[in-house]
Amino acid sequence: MDQSVKLKLEDVLSRAKKDAEQAEVFFSAVDDTPVIFEANRLKQLQTNEGMIVALRLVKNGRIGFSTATSLDDIGSLVSRAVEVAQFGAVARFELPDRRLFPRVSMHDPQAESFEIERMVDLGQALIDRVRGHTPDLLCDASVGKGMASLCIMNSKGGQAEFKKTFFVLGVEGNLIKDTDMLFVGDGESSCQAIADIDTVANSVVRQLELAKRQASVSSGSMPVIFTPHGVVSGLIAPLTVAFNGRVVLQKVSPLMGKVGQKVFGELLSLRDDPTLDFRPRSRPCDDEGIASRNTYLVKHGVVGDFLYDLQTAGMAGVQSTGSGDRVGASLPAPSTSNLVVEASGVTLAEMVREVKEGLLVEQLMGASQTNVLGGDFSGNVLLGYKIEKGEIVGRVKNTVVSGNVYQALNQVEAVGSEARWVGSVSTPPIMCAGLAVGSKG
Amino acid sequence: MNRDMLAKALKGHEADYVEIRLEERRATGIRYRGRELEDVSQPTSSGGNVRALAKGGWGFVSFNDLGDLQEKVKLAVRQARLVGHDSTRFAPVSPVKDVLQELAVKDASKVTLAEKVEMAGRYNDTIMGVSKVESSVVVYSDRRRKVTFANSEGSYIEQTYSDVSMRVTAMARDGGDVQQAGLSMGSRGDFGQVEGQHREVEEIARRAVELLSAPKAKSGEYTVVLDPILAGVFTHEAFGHLSEADFTYENERMKELMVLGRQFGARHLNIVDGAAVPGLRGSFKYDDEGVPATKTYLIKEGVLVGRLHSRETAAKMGEPTTGNARAIDYQHPPIVRMTNTYIEPQKVTFDEMISEIKEGIYARNWYGGTTSMEMFTFSAGEAYAIRNGRVAELLRPVVLTGNVFTTLQNIDAIGNDLDMNQGGGCGKGGQSPLPVSNGSPHIRIRSCLVGGA
Repeated sequence: MDQSVKLKLEDVLSRAKKDAEQAEVFFSAVDDTPVIFEANRLKQLQTNEGMIVALRLVKNGRIGFSTATSLDDIGSLVSRAVEVAQFGAVARFELPDRRLFPRVSMHDPQAESFEIERMVDLGQALIDRVRGHTPDLLCDASVGKGMASLCIMNSKGGQAEFKKTFFVLGVEGNLIKDTDMLFVGDGESSCQAIADIDTVANSVVRQLELAKRQASVSSGSMPVIFTPHGVVSGLIAPLTVAFNGRVVLQKVSPLMGKVGQKVFGELLSLRDDPTLDFRPRSRPCDDEGIASRNTYLVKHGVVGDFLYDLQTAGMAGVQSTGSGDRVGASLPAPSTSNLVVEASGVTLAEMVREVKEGLLVEQLMGASQTNVLGGDFSGNVLLGYKIEKGEIVGRVKNTVVSGNVYQALNQVEAVGSEARWVGSVSTPPIMCAGLAVGSKG
Repeated sequence: MNRDMLAKALKGHEADYVEIRLEERRATGIRYRGRELEDVSQPTSSGGNVRALAKGGWGFVSFNDLGDLQEKVKLAVRQARLVGHDSTRFAPVSPVKDVLQELAVKDASKVTLAEKVEMAGRYNDTIMGVSKVESSVVVYSDRRRKVTFANSEGSYIEQTYSDVSMRVTAMARDGGDVQQAGLSMGSRGDFGQVEGQHREVEEIARRAVELLSAPKAKSGEYTVVLDPILAGVFTHEAFGHLSEADFTYENERMKELMVLGRQFGARHLNIVDGAAVPGLRGSFKYDDEGVPATKTYLIKEGVLVGRLHSRETAAKMGEPTTGNARAIDYQHPPIVRMTNTYIEPQKVTFDEMISEIKEGIYARNWYGGTTSMEMFTFSAGEAYAIRNGRVAELLRPVVLTGNVFTTLQNIDAIGNDLDMNQGGGCGKGGQSPLPVSNGSPHIRIRSCLVGGA
């Protein structure tokens, strides 16, 4: 980190300390360079440079907070935080002193130095490859690289400083025939440069193959297999809410009071792990300077720990799980990092073979726009296929799949062996026994 | 940053078009959770961007540090020239010079933090005071943006935008069963419009409790009646996004599908979008390309008659500009967005609409909505069974879904009670939540697919 920036952050801290019992300054700078393709062609190059400085302090036992996008007016940053502290929440934490953090690899010099021209070539190659399979496909794609540097220091002497790189590659295609629209797509993200388009291209080609034929399904209850994308679009949102320490403290998590109880099927194990190497959400410590650690949320169906940041941990009378996360200009709050659904024994092909009549769901649109707090999901099958007598027979449309994750994952039929990353979630396919399927026509 | 410096930075480049947008922002955020005041903050930010267009290719540079503007212009131009190998088509507009200082009646930027905290606290007390309510979330936010826009064609515009939004949620629990009900409010900066809603907020809290004993609807097709709020969300998701020209202008098949003159609904259906409709959350005088706002008919008497454009999409489709290029902030380029979108009222009364239904669902209020152009979903915050022409018992929340090409045709009654929904916001291309409003009278849709249980 630039020495002049560090000196300014120290200045913020020392000024804040004069007015407050505790103080912490957080600084992050992000430099992001996406290459954007539209309608099969290179459309736009971007360079986005952004930074944020956040001051949190505790004055008369209450939390004050302010942010700015420049270090030019330190006086205003401190005075706004002090002003807000008179209304702020009662602080339930002590900021951490200097700690040791686990080693987590997050920086790849090759991602940082990756040339724009090569990014353009990658994006074009990706589009050409999927259009080689389906020439009428109209594709949008993006290839992006970026770098983030982060610095935290507090009045207890706690500090953290690290740099990470990130790299993303993705493509979305649409195919329109009369009034029928097919949307396919996939992407990859990492802290390391991704120089290989095969994984994404092969996944999209497979979607195109499976969607060639159409099939219809009648309304009723039937087994549903969620692919990793399907799991993320359908089942994950209610779980991330229920394991959030803030929601547990509010007494509205269905898992409240269920620690140590078997709530889910034996096959299900789920953990939050920020210590994995080279995942974009990985980090040696959270945004409050608490060391990262692996946390089991579910082990063989039994409820493990909830996720806490400093404030919620203080309220709950437990230790922070290192889950304090800042989104933009907001106070830290508990959040998942990398969510890992542990793989089990069965391949997707084997799962499909077991099904007499059911669905394979790749994308469930709008599934979390319902009572996720209670575990409900309900969405339109944007991309999914009918399974008949152990075979995938074609794409379904005008179909809605609904359920409740606590029922669906209690009676989980199978958890697959082939896990993959979809954004910050790694999961294998999951098969649920009887879900409500509604269909038109 | 003064006007001359912008003018200087815009001179002598090698691009077909360059624009600079600078922004200063002050915001307030207040969040109650249960009995606790969880978060109070007043973030400020400032920054800008340069966008350049050369031979059909775009370059975009965003930054917080306003120094070295000329270097930033050079970088954006270099990027655009690297991309562009074609010809630039960009709809001409007359250069505008305008400085607007806008303040709402009781502008949120003039209200003290103490008053805002107190109002949010009173709503929270209202919720927590209802028996059997377990918890609450009350989120108040406002922001005031000052945006300065200048381009290489000589436009210079200063605009201020105030926006207020609020979401209250009540939660009730019975063992592992958790139910919630929520209400969104908003205004174009007027704090007064989110005050005094205690009766509605209390009703939300009661409903959260009632939902614990409410049955689930069975998944399948129903005749549904939507209230103006949910019908507004439906209009936005089911048709609004499809009428944004950026999905169509380079897609030959979409152009055929969305050809002007195509019949989308019956003769009673009129859908409008426009920022020139004043006083709503999506209202403004100029969009983020400096194009004057308009009011655009998308569907007139059931027929597709217009769509929403940026300068690029308008030029490439040979249609007039509509002033719909919007950016959520300086970190993003403007893209084609809705503003205030609504179905115009007709003559059917609510009672007439309901009386003809033997078995159906009355869906009110919203949880959310999303679209993939052809398919869309939108979810109701409140649902009731309709039986034999009457609204009957409360149901658990339902998700409604459909296909735009059949669902608009299936609207068989449009009410006389237009109301605008000012809550929530719109997300697209990583830019969320953008202030918009949407509205409708009550509408009735035949054969709508409902996801229940």
